[in-house]
Order: sequence, then structure tokens, then C-alpha cells
Amino acid sequence: MMKIVVCIKQVPDTNEIKINQVTGTLIREGVPSIMNPDDKGGLEMALSLKDKYNAHVTVITMGPPQADSILREALALGADRAILLTDRKFAGADTLATSHALAGALKRLEWDLILTGRQAIDGDTAQVGPQIAEHLSIPQVTYAEDLTYDGNRVFTVRKQSEEGYQILEVESPALITVLATANKPRYMSVKGIVEAFNKEVEIWGADKIEIDEEKLGLKGSPTKVYKAFTKGLRAAGQLYEVESEEAVGIIISKLKEKFIV
Amino acid sequence: MDIKSYKDVFVFAEQREGVVQPVVFELIGKARDLANSLGEKVVAILPGYNISDKAKDLIEYGADKVIYIDTPELKDYLTEQYAQTIYQVIKEFNPSIVLFGATTIGRDLGPRLSARLETGLTADCTKLDISEEKNLLMTRPAFGGNLMATILCKDHRPQMSTVRPGVMKKRSREVGRNGEVIKYVPQFDAAQFKVKIIETVTEKKKLIDIADAKILVSGGRGVGTREGFEKLKELAKVLNAEVSASRAMVDAGVLGHERQVGQTGKTVRPDLYFALGISGAIQHLAGMEESDFIVAINKDKYAPIFHVADLGIVGDVNKIIPLLTERLVKEEK
Repeated sequence: MMKIVVCIKQVPDTNEIKINQVTGTLIREGVPSIMNPDDKGGLEMALSLKDKYNAHVTVITMGPPQADSILREALALGADRAILLTDRKFAGADTLATSHALAGALKRLEWDLILTGRQAIDGDTAQVGPQIAEHLSIPQVTYAEDLTYDGNRVFTVRKQSEEGYQILEVESPALITVLATANKPRYMSVKGIVEAFNKEVEIWGADKIEIDEEKLGLKGSPTKVYKAFTKGLRAAGQLYEVESEEAVGIIISKLKEKFIV
Repeated sequence: MDIKSYKDVFVFAEQREGVVQPVVFELIGKARDLANSLGEKVVAILPGYNISDKAKDLIEYGADKVIYIDTPELKDYLTEQYAQTIYQVIKEFNPSIVLFGATTIGRDLGPRLSARLETGLTADCTKLDISEEKNLLMTRPAFGGNLMATILCKDHRPQMSTVRPGVMKKRSREVGRNGEVIKYVPQFDAAQFKVKIIETVTEKKKLIDIADAKILVSGGRGVGTREGFEKLKELAKVLNAEVSASRAMVDAGVLGHERQVGQTGKTVRPDLYFALGISGAIQHLAGMEESDFIVAINKDKYAPIFHVADLGIVGDVNKIIPLLTERLVKEEK
């Protein structure tokens, strides 16, 4: 049976984040946490392969204990096994340290195919998938819009590009990063939800995975945030009530000032 | 790691079908500033097949040196072929900084290399600077553009980042500028080449996501008719912008729903947003108020759009739009 592992992430719904118009800071309270949309596309891809080829689907996430909820959601949707990587040693990880933790866990699992989202909406880096593939020495295909399987270890991937798309072929084992637009995720069934809460979510700490601890968390992160800031509040703009010709002149000089023209 | 032994600012010169991508010249422009403040060189890495003649362009736009790799394996981009090549170049020349365009290629190659080199990579930077300690300061948006973060990669080399196309400015071409051109021959481990290209398809009309646009020219009721929108489209063309609209115009069938800005449409944060004949209903403002710079034109000086506009013009959009287009065309010449 084909074994698929899907890497997923819990993210704040960035569409719901607002800026406090007085202080200029992010308002994080009350922002719902969701399964990252591209990851959901990856999960759906795995589940549709399961529908057709009777695959076994494992979902894995690295995060705080409350990330349990997206694993339950994945189980309710049809995943067979769920693993939560959680440990203080993982904290403060940049993309490279995150990829080491996930690759370290993947080394303890069996897989023919690893699916991840292309990128997460809280960071938009698109790095963790390819970095995992490198640590595992397997090929990667990123930006997958579609995937077909020939039933005999070869995946055909439609990869999005700026100009259109590419059709690529890759043999198992491989890692493929998926776009949210690749498919329409299924809904949880009532039966699935009930079952999900009876299933076990395995909790793995750093001692469960195959990695040198120096490569984890803040210590294992080559990049560090030096400072973070909001773009600041919008200053009151200028309003002109002038003849059309003059108005055009004002606009042009402003565009020049902003280096746009 | 002896950080001092790493020198020069490298740029990955991405080409597609032999054409060096526009972002590369923008990267060279930025690399030039960084190299000048470090007292180092700008070096372009140019992998491909039959591409050595492109080295001259890279030098005339500001590179001091071009390392080209000319071999059939690199004709079309494939992750492993390119990763092996660039990895070997980096290991041989020890750059301090490596920049990639944040394209589908740069964002595929960059992380693969960062893992192979065990160094940091900062994605989609919009600003790059050199700190007093001579480290690279990499600034990028996070949380869907709600937050900006400046990232450092102090103890690892090279410091790598991908940079969004259209953000950095390319320098003007200096015809006849001199530079060094060297050929590099990588050693391939072909056993690792496991991905095959079956077909590359260019779609004539790619669906546009207005959320990705850097400049949006958005029209509302004040632009009114289809004819008015044709004028607006001409302005957008001159500005290299995408066209969007308020809900009223989408409901009227002038533009499709995929181009609607606002609560029931899309949230956009372009560098420049033109609100033309849009009064600024709260639902519309919610979708665009975080744009970097907003120019609003409306005949009603009490229109709420002026509360969020950086530059507001009280006037007739149907007169101002064609005039503005005309002036911009002149400016270009």
C-alpha cells in the first residue's frame, strides 16, 4: 500500500488580522487559528489518492499543544494517523531548524510520497518543503496544481509557473508542495468528527526524532529576527482641489517622488 | 566558520529559454549598492545552455564578474541540476551574500540550497541593507503583509535571500562597461536527476490575481460607463498596472468578480493604489486601506476615500484620467 505523509501547519487566519489604528500594532486576539490553506490542498491530494489507490495517510505538524486541533480535523477528513511534534527544544525555529525537526521525524516514518503546502500564510516563505526534501535526499516538485499517479511509482505533476505551467514526472519517493487552488477540500463528515476524537494523536518530542539537537529551535536557526514592526499608521494625506491640468502635474510629481515613474 | 573569508555579493542570473529574467537586473542593481558599501564585488552566476553571450548584459547593468556555466543539462531549470551547479560555485568562490529572484524558480532553488549549505535564507525581501557590523539586513513582510520583519544571518555564510521582482531598481545600462567573464564546469552526479520535464506550456492569458499586483488602477461608479473603463485601462497599461473595481462596477458587469476589491472581493496591498471615482464605502476601504500609497480622485470632496488617501484630488475622473495617461506617455519618452 502506498504510504503518504502530509506536513501541515496551524496558522492564524491572516485575513482576520487587523492593525490597531491608534497604536499601529497587530491585533492578534480573537484571530482564529486554521489549517494552512496550501497544506489543506496537500491533505486533499493525499486523501484523493487514498480514495483511488487505498493509500495510508499520516499527517504531521510541529507546533504548540493546541495544534492538536488541525490534526483532529485531518483525522476527521480521513487521515489514518496523526503526529504532533511538540517540545520546547523546537521553539524559536526558523525555516531551516523547522525542516530539520520535520525531516528528523520523517526519518522515523515510512513513506512513498511526502506532501506539504507550497507555503504558509503567516510566513509565506515556501522554504520548509524543499528543505525537508534536501535533508531526506529525495527529489522535490514545488507549486503543484495537479497530480496524477500511474499506479506504478510514477507521479505526474502539473507545476504552476509565471508563464503557464509545466508537466513534470517524478518517481517515488518524492516530496511535492501543493497549492490551495489544486483542489477543493472535502468537508468533515459527522462520522469522521466522532471518530477523530476517539483516535489517538501521537505526541513526539525531540527525543523521538532522528536529529542532532544542535540543529533544532533557536539554536539551530541561522536566521534571527532583528526587529519586527508594523508599517505604521497612515498619515493624513493631502487634498487638492485644482484644475485638471494642475492635478495631473501634482500626481506625476508624487509618483516620481515614490520612484514609480 | 571564518566569516571574514567570505566575500562578494553574488546574484543568481535566472534565465528562461535563454532570456535573462528582468528581476536579475534589479538584483544586480541592489547588489551594486551592497557591494559598494562593503567594498566588494558584484558577481553574477549564469547557468544555462548557449548563454555565454548574455554575460555582457549582466556586466553593463553593474556586475563586475560573471561566472557562466554552459551545458545542455542546464538548458531548462530543474531543481537538482541547478542545485548541484550553484552549490559547487558557492563552495568554490565563498560569497558573503547570494541573492535570488523570488520567482517560482528562485523560490524552488533557494531553500534547496540553503539546506544543502546549512545556511539561512530569507524569503521575498523587499529591502536589503548592510548593518554597521557589515551584516546583511533583510526586511520582508509577514502575516500577510501586516507585519514587517528585519532578519539577520550573522553566524552563517553565505547570507541568502530571495527578492520580490519589481521591488529593487535596476541601474541604467552602461554600454561598454568592462568586467571579468569566466567559465565554470561543474561535476554532475546524474544519479540524483530524478525529475523529468514532459512539457512546458505558456498560457497566453494567465489569470491575474489582483492581490499580487504592485500597482492597481481601480474604478468605481464615478468612472461610470464601459467607455470610461476603457480610458482607465489605458492608464493601467501605461503604469504597468492591473485594473480592479469597486463592487458597483462588478455588479454592473463592467469587470469580473475576480477583480473586485473589498470585503466581498479581494483584499489588496499594492505599492500604489489608484481609487478613481470610488467614494470609499467601508467595505471597499477594508479591502484596500493597507496599500502603501493611495491616490484618490473623486468629485465629492467629502468622500470617505479621502480619509485613507495619501494624495487626494477633488475633480472629474473622466477628464483627469486621459490627461494623466497622456502625460505619462510623454514622460516615458
